[in-house]
Amino acid sequence: MLAWTIYISFLGAALLMFLPGENPRPAKVAALLAALAGLACAAKGAIECHLHAGAGALTDVANANWIPELGIRYHLAADGISLVLVLLTGIAAVAGVLFSWNVENRSREFFALYLALIGGVYGVFLSVDLFLLFVFYEVAIIPKYFLIVIWGSTRREYGAMKLALYSFVGSAMVLVGLIAAYVMAGARTFDLAALAKVHFAPAFQNWAFIVVFVGFAILAGLWPFHTWAPTGHVAAPTAASMLLAGVVMKLGAYGALRVAMTLFPVGLHTWQNTIAVLAVVGIVYGALVALVQQDFKFVIGYSSVSHMGFVLLGLMTLTQIGLSGAVLQMFSHGIIAGLLFAVVGRMVYDRTHTRDLAVLQPKNLNQVLPFAAVTFVVGGAASMGLPGFSGFIAELQVLVGAWQTFPVFAVMAAVGILAGVAYTLRVLLKAFFAEGQVEAREPLHCPRISLPERAGALLLLGTTLLIGLCPQLLLDFITPSLNSPLMQPLWKAGTR
Amino acid sequence: MHEPLHWLILFLPLLAAMVITLFLQRYPRCSAALSVGAVLASFLLSVGVLAEFLDGRAPDIALTWLQVGSLQIQFGLHFDALSALMLLVVTGVGSVIHIYSVGYMRGDPHYARFFAEMSLFTFSMLGIVVSNNFFQMFVFWELVGLSSYLLIGFWYQRPSAADAAKKAFLTNRLGDVGFLIGIVLAWAVTGTLSFAGMKDQLLRDPTLFNTTATVVGLLIFCGAVGKSAQFPLHVWLPDAMEGPTPVSALIHAATMVAAGVYMLCRVFFIFTHHDLLVIAWIGGITALLSALIAVQQDDIKRILAYSTLSQLGYMVMAVGFSAPPAAMFHLTTHAFFKALLFLGAGSVIHALSQEQNIWQMGRLRSKMPLTYWTFLAGTLALCGLWPLSGAFSKDAILAAAWEHNKALFALGELVAFLTTFYMFRLFFVVFLGKPKSDLVGHAHESPRIMTYPLVFLAAASVVGGFMGITQFITPQFSPASARLPIFAPLEPFETSPVAALLGLAAIAIGFVAAYVYYAGAESDPLPGKMKEVCNVLRHKFYFDEFYAGLVDVCQDKPARAINLCDIGLKLLVRLTHGTAEWTGRVLRLVQTGNLQTYTLLLAAGAALVLYFMLTR
Repeated sequence: MLAWTIYISFLGAALLMFLPGENPRPAKVAALLAALAGLACAAKGAIECHLHAGAGALTDVANANWIPELGIRYHLAADGISLVLVLLTGIAAVAGVLFSWNVENRSREFFALYLALIGGVYGVFLSVDLFLLFVFYEVAIIPKYFLIVIWGSTRREYGAMKLALYSFVGSAMVLVGLIAAYVMAGARTFDLAALAKVHFAPAFQNWAFIVVFVGFAILAGLWPFHTWAPTGHVAAPTAASMLLAGVVMKLGAYGALRVAMTLFPVGLHTWQNTIAVLAVVGIVYGALVALVQQDFKFVIGYSSVSHMGFVLLGLMTLTQIGLSGAVLQMFSHGIIAGLLFAVVGRMVYDRTHTRDLAVLQPKNLNQVLPFAAVTFVVGGAASMGLPGFSGFIAELQVLVGAWQTFPVFAVMAAVGILAGVAYTLRVLLKAFFAEGQVEAREPLHCPRISLPERAGALLLLGTTLLIGLCPQLLLDFITPSLNSPLMQPLWKAGTR
Repeated sequence: MHEPLHWLILFLPLLAAMVITLFLQRYPRCSAALSVGAVLASFLLSVGVLAEFLDGRAPDIALTWLQVGSLQIQFGLHFDALSALMLLVVTGVGSVIHIYSVGYMRGDPHYARFFAEMSLFTFSMLGIVVSNNFFQMFVFWELVGLSSYLLIGFWYQRPSAADAAKKAFLTNRLGDVGFLIGIVLAWAVTGTLSFAGMKDQLLRDPTLFNTTATVVGLLIFCGAVGKSAQFPLHVWLPDAMEGPTPVSALIHAATMVAAGVYMLCRVFFIFTHHDLLVIAWIGGITALLSALIAVQQDDIKRILAYSTLSQLGYMVMAVGFSAPPAAMFHLTTHAFFKALLFLGAGSVIHALSQEQNIWQMGRLRSKMPLTYWTFLAGTLALCGLWPLSGAFSKDAILAAAWEHNKALFALGELVAFLTTFYMFRLFFVVFLGKPKSDLVGHAHESPRIMTYPLVFLAAASVVGGFMGITQFITPQFSPASARLPIFAPLEPFETSPVAALLGLAAIAIGFVAAYVYYAGAESDPLPGKMKEVCNVLRHKFYFDEFYAGLVDVCQDKPARAINLCDIGLKLLVRLTHGTAEWTGRVLRLVQTGNLQTYTLLLAAGAALVLYFMLTR
């Protein structure tokens, strides 16, 4: 069932290319149906896996020979961690289509590329053959470039090229590490579970780990390799920035956990403190930079760097609670960042054609677009980690885990949360609730918030609220997976 | 009572908030009725809980909300003397203020939103009260902060209100970061978040926290410093007066700001004697600083706000003297008379078309007799005139001070004098003397829906000392203590005559001083006499200016610096991009398309290779 998430997305993409006529409506509807079907498959697959396996081990979804000469297999499997991210992808995909309802320019191609991207992302989260994972990883990058360069705004060629180059440098590093691991293991297999059992020499692990980890983590916004993120987000069209922050950054974090950390636990141990420092720097740095941005979307872009810092910090704690927080934070940030980008890009920018906070300030947007204002208030509350929303429970777990491993970093990350409150309130007041000088207020006529926008906002808000109130729903997937045999080498490395 | 009824205490206000937000935005009357009904029902159910508790049948309800590894988090309802008392204060005073708001907010375009937010606040506050563990308390602690943010910024169109809301929220979060770290630290050592579990462990092994004991206590105290606006985080509370007056009465006087004190009493077992010393001094400093500032304020609500700060300082100080019962006693009586004073001030402001400057008022006594008499009762109770409620609770604190720390006792007496002085300054200027503006001519008494709550609170303020509050709460903190008689009007003079008599003397001196300077005064005579001192007091000891500078140095400047850093980083990225492009352009020159050039290069290459091979 889970494999169909990939097939439906690619099939949808292929069908859209052959759809006749220039009318955008059938394209939108088809894309929405494909995204919904993907989400349904993801949900059904998640429930099935949960009922049957339960213990959190990898459950096979598909397994076939692909390139037997090299021992490469078409092997898809899922455990709790990948299921959480597959669900996230499904939700983000549906929301993205809803917030792209106003794409009229070459909409067939837009949605085809969009679905191809989604298919690639599903593929990464479900592959356990590392070669296959790498292929899907590359597949996900290419549509990204075209989405930004064709449908983007502000310096789109530059942003798209920067994003693509960063991604390719990262994947080149990953490829080097994977091939090295393949050769060193000598087992003629790219299978994750098989490679995880191999004890690589410590000296090899030390360099292989950092190459593969950084290769993936570039895409997760690891400081100081984060600058593609804000630029890319700003250049991208709404749905693409939602996916970029929502799922593409998670590809990086997922790869870092699944490949780099699982295969090279000794190397992980060597680099643990260094990466934790970079993560904390990212948290504080991103938050402080967000505090002085004049472009609304840059604020959210940098906040993503800050929030992804929590994911990386959680991974580096090597404690159960820290890792579970990291995975939950991936999910939570995917939803919340998607929501905030939707408000900025779709609800505000598409109507006012500006993202400059100084220009937005006198427009009194909370009167003009009350729904956008309320959505941003609630989304902002979720983003700054207020209890009741998913971000709180995720960041709290990361903090608790960090406290056990590196107490000083936990305190600094907590300061980052404080700066998060400051930039969120600042941008909230400036963009929506600034005092509008009645005489200076321009008469602003813009279309009302449409039904698809409302549906998308409610979907994302409902999800973050649901997980905030019942985090156990996802933790039931995550916790057993952290105890699965696959993760055992990690814990052994982390005992201190 | 059945178990579901206990949950209703907590969830009825939330239900009201949700229903109003989702369905009743356009029906102001229904939303007000729903909100008032919810808090009244919670009050009645709380009375039920009190009855159960007195019978010794109060239940402890707990559900497991979250389980990750060794971290188990519960969601529960805990009823003991402390929470039962606080429940009654929050829902009781809350009901009265809700009813008053029905009249006060009439005609506001966002009437429904007001009641939704008030109900949300009630829910969050009750959540703190019934918490049985640190985590739940923290969750509701934040929710209370959020609802306070929403209510301070209720009139967000005013920039001052929006700024005040932001300031309150940020200052609170600052304290909460310390609180959260303290909670995590306490959990890391004890492995439990529940109050009962932690207390048991500490009883079994008092050295459990080892060297971190004092740090844990101080970090947890940080939470109270933020929420109860203690020095040095006191700056947000006076600005919070930008909210509507009932909000100031309920949240920023009677209940939310007292949550810090309540929390200190709830986790009193965790504090070491070093912690308690710090707590006592922080409370004392807050009490003195804010009483001094109050002497030179002109805005009626701000005077009351500084007075609240000062009284909160008293309560915190009482906790520092290991006297949580005294703190809770003063918290309760203060809730009565400070809510009364704020609502009285609201009645005045309402009558004078939103004027808040006391030097624009005067002779309101004849215009608003009911407000006048109830305000007088509140003022006397606040000053601590025997036999009004404030006298008993304040004497309990001063008696504890006399036992523990003579310096703080002297400070407490000084604050008692200042309190009487600034309160009668306010009273003389507003209600007596000549009318100081035309507004007074049009003033009239407020409608009954606003004056009845005043009468009710005045009655509570007068008899609050005889309700047996100390007797009710003391056994929880010192189970061995003798049973005290409920009605003991002369008790303060018997247990600690020095404190009680000096307290009365302070009131007398304060009253005379206020009478000499302010009876019949047209403008403030003090600035003319002590220019420099008054200037400092008017500027609130320059805290705001100092913090503005601090934020600039610690936040704005680094943020800008790091932003430059990021631009530098981006330039660096462009540099690599530029290098690649430049290399490409240079290499392109080599590709001429000219066969002779290629042959030449090939030959040159071959020659080089040969040269290296042969010279080896």
